[in-house]
Amino acid sequence: MAQSLVKEFTKGLWAEIPLFRLVLGLCPALAVTKTCENGIGMGMATTFVLLFSNILVSMLRNIIPSKVRIACYIVIIATFVTIVEFVMQAYTYELFLKLGIFIPLIVVNCVVLGRAEAFAGKNTVMLSAADGLGMGIGFTLALSSLGAVRELIGAGTLTVWGGTPLFTIGHGYIPFQFMVEAPGAFVGLGMMLCLMNLIGKK
Amino acid sequence: MGDLFVLAISCIFINNILLAQFLGNCPFLGTSKKMETAVGMAMAVIFVLVMAGMITWIVDLYLLKALNVEFLRTVSFILVIASLVQFVEMFLKKSIPGLYAGLGIFLPLITTNCAVMGVCLINIKEEYTFIQALVSSFAYAVGFGLALILFAGVRERVILARVPKALQDTSIGLITAGMIALVFTVFRGMV
Repeated sequence: MAQSLVKEFTKGLWAEIPLFRLVLGLCPALAVTKTCENGIGMGMATTFVLLFSNILVSMLRNIIPSKVRIACYIVIIATFVTIVEFVMQAYTYELFLKLGIFIPLIVVNCVVLGRAEAFAGKNTVMLSAADGLGMGIGFTLALSSLGAVRELIGAGTLTVWGGTPLFTIGHGYIPFQFMVEAPGAFVGLGMMLCLMNLIGKK
Repeated sequence: MGDLFVLAISCIFINNILLAQFLGNCPFLGTSKKMETAVGMAMAVIFVLVMAGMITWIVDLYLLKALNVEFLRTVSFILVIASLVQFVEMFLKKSIPGLYAGLGIFLPLITTNCAVMGVCLINIKEEYTFIQALVSSFAYAVGFGLALILFAGVRERVILARVPKALQDTSIGLITAGMIALVFTVFRGMV
């Protein structure tokens, strides 16, 4: 039992890391990763939704009729997204403003619905929780690494939390602004996928 | 009238939903390998987005704002979109089988297309009037179709090129999309 828990948890971190291996959840990944901080915030919000929607879907999996399951999953996910919206408005208002409509759009993030459909609807509560947490942390890692790369190259800084840069490249560095603009998001993610293909096979 | 035209142009080109706002990227990469599927997806999105834009605007004003339950926006919008897609699917199947055969498989995918939900939320956030919301929904959808079809055209050629192994498929697709996005940034000075 403990072994399979660890297995479900760790697969989200590397072997099936959502953004790089499964290529799901592209929209928030491209849109909010201008800074590392935004990536971390978005990742944490998604992790919360993933974890709790996986738990609830798994608890209700024998009650939900299979014909209307997608609609039920969406309502469950939307409920947790609303909770996240409230919490972020209360405690991290600036980040909430920066992420904008991408917080309510977690509802239609294919990673979340994908895990509910592919995993939580068929497995026990503990396993689903491990899967959700692993996938969420994997997604956060992917978003923050993409954000870090884009921010470092595009602005010459690295912001992890709270709005002030943790690290700044020396004054001689001229930021390559392309990377923080829209096209840079696509190219940056494309390059990171390429890197993942080089490092390890599926 | 002039204002609406400017709004439409800015929604199609400058704030292009796919390349500038990053909404709806999963179907963008998923259905752009063949021109045929790209056209089908583009048509389905235009059809559903215009209807969803209108209905969610009405729901927001007469249900959520009237009852003072705006915090239910996320839940209610996604329910409206999901049931709308289901309804459109049933309606087309019964009455316009030709169109259903064309759009068929793309319709269910639209429920989780964040472009639809995203535009509905943008309409509310920007406080558009009903006419403005209608124009912006249509224009965003046209922008989606335009970018998708352009991208599919380029991608059909990329398949023929010799791409390094590590860059193949999605990776080169994203870089190609980046190049198209770069082209679209030129429109920025237009309005």
